[in-house]
Amino acid sequence: MSKAWDGAKLADAIRESLPDAIVDAGGTDVWIKPDSVPDVMRLLRDDAEFRFELLSSVTAVDYISYFEVVYHLTSLTRNATAVVKSKVGFGREEACIPSVVDIWRGADLQEREVWDLMGIIFDGHPNHKRIMLWEGFPGHPLRKDFATYEQSIVPESERRVPSALAGEIGDGQG
Amino acid sequence: MTTQVRTEPITVNLGPQHPSTHGVFRMRVTFDGEEIIDVEPIFGYLHRGSEKLAEERTYVQVVTLTDRMDYVGSMLNNQAYMLAVEKLAGVEPAPRGVWLRMIASELQRIASHLVAVGFLIQDLGAWGTPLIYTMREREKILDLFEMLCGARITNSYLRPGGVFMDAPEEFWPAMNEVLDELPPRIDDLDDLLTDNDIIFSRTKGVSVLTPEQMLDASITGPMLRAAGVDWDLRHRDPYDYYDQVTFERPLHTAGDNFARYWVRVQEMRESIKIIRQCEKLIEPGSVRPEHDDVPWLLRPPVGDAYAAIEHSKGELGFYLVSDGSISPYRCHVRAPSLINLTLLRDMLVGELLADMFVSFGSVDINMGEVDR
Repeated sequence: MSKAWDGAKLADAIRESLPDAIVDAGGTDVWIKPDSVPDVMRLLRDDAEFRFELLSSVTAVDYISYFEVVYHLTSLTRNATAVVKSKVGFGREEACIPSVVDIWRGADLQEREVWDLMGIIFDGHPNHKRIMLWEGFPGHPLRKDFATYEQSIVPESERRVPSALAGEIGDGQG
Repeated sequence: MTTQVRTEPITVNLGPQHPSTHGVFRMRVTFDGEEIIDVEPIFGYLHRGSEKLAEERTYVQVVTLTDRMDYVGSMLNNQAYMLAVEKLAGVEPAPRGVWLRMIASELQRIASHLVAVGFLIQDLGAWGTPLIYTMREREKILDLFEMLCGARITNSYLRPGGVFMDAPEEFWPAMNEVLDELPPRIDDLDDLLTDNDIIFSRTKGVSVLTPEQMLDASITGPMLRAAGVDWDLRHRDPYDYYDQVTFERPLHTAGDNFARYWVRVQEMRESIKIIRQCEKLIEPGSVRPEHDDVPWLLRPPVGDAYAAIEHSKGELGFYLVSDGSISPYRCHVRAPSLINLTLLRDMLVGELLADMFVSFGSVDINMGEVDR
């Protein structure tokens, strides 16, 4: 079985080399500062303790008050996984995070997808263009404020307002 | 005086409506004579916004969307999604359901590899016959799926904690018949193609990728194993009951088009072994948890979960975020088809026009999953 790194342990291990990078840790997750993404990622890839050769996935989530960029890392040598997160774009300001393409080329298409659909700028990406949609497409569809209902076949009165739009995440009403 | 033929780079647009692009893929290719000097892939012609659509559906309804991502690997997509949902909601699956979905996904892996191999040979110019041979075998597997769930391609067979329906009585003898027939057919493929001189000369040493290059570019699945990296999530991070079955991981060291083809053919034999073991280990019982434990309208607790499986194309992962409501707050798909194309330019530059679609076919992508 793959070993999933415990968030607190991973945070401590990163702190040894990069004391200022960690924001928070909990469960299997570590939250790092957006500015320290390249340093932390390079450490996680190269340090013998981690050896995360494979960047499994890069994605982002819109939590209304901020965006969260999520990295899933895999180490083949140590058969381990880790989840690193970073919060950007507080107050729905322009969200920007350093690109990790020069650390793992596997981030190339994935970061372009996140920019296209979620509107997060990856600073330093060599080909920072939309991937699924065309240049000039209005907005970024996976953002929670992107209206999808105009083409909906459900009558307006019966449409379910996403709990997120009402500003009540987790009200359980669905 | 020597005369040199002057060549000028010419840029050609290939696709999206091109029969060899396995769907609606588009490349802007620059040639110098017959040699490829630049490639720019252009995606998005099949983008349907599956991830956004998932945010408006209940957890069980999303299963139908996953079918339509990689439509030659629907059972595997269902499985990856269900593992993520089970992790998110803390669902304890029913053993018989898990065995059934393992059988279904291994059958699907064979079907998916048959498609990959058939079309690869088709791209090489062996027009028709090998493709029809592989399609004939795939058809039998699709008939089995029809017995299991009534559908052939868009199965939607899995549910949180298992499958929605037990296999009918007649499924087991039918499956055994298919499994008995398959190995000689794979041998046929081997005889006709794997030892074929034309295949050798066309595929060996073409579009070589090194393990370091591929790990850097997050490439997984048969492509990575074709370069000798023993990385199979079924073995290294066993999900479902893969820790209770034994199987080999066929490895090749060349990392070229032939190795990618060879690994897929050998993996089909291993899948047959796995299904045989599952059939021995499966026991009567319920195929999904009681309704009181796992209701149709799941409301997983607030949180997130990532689950990945070894899809026929690579690591297929689902990242789900729950806000406690009946729909996923966010549903991200880690699509192996898209990510395996990261190195397309490296694979093609320096190769010849005639090898372009062979190399492209050896990645084994599915546009439904690339664009989602």
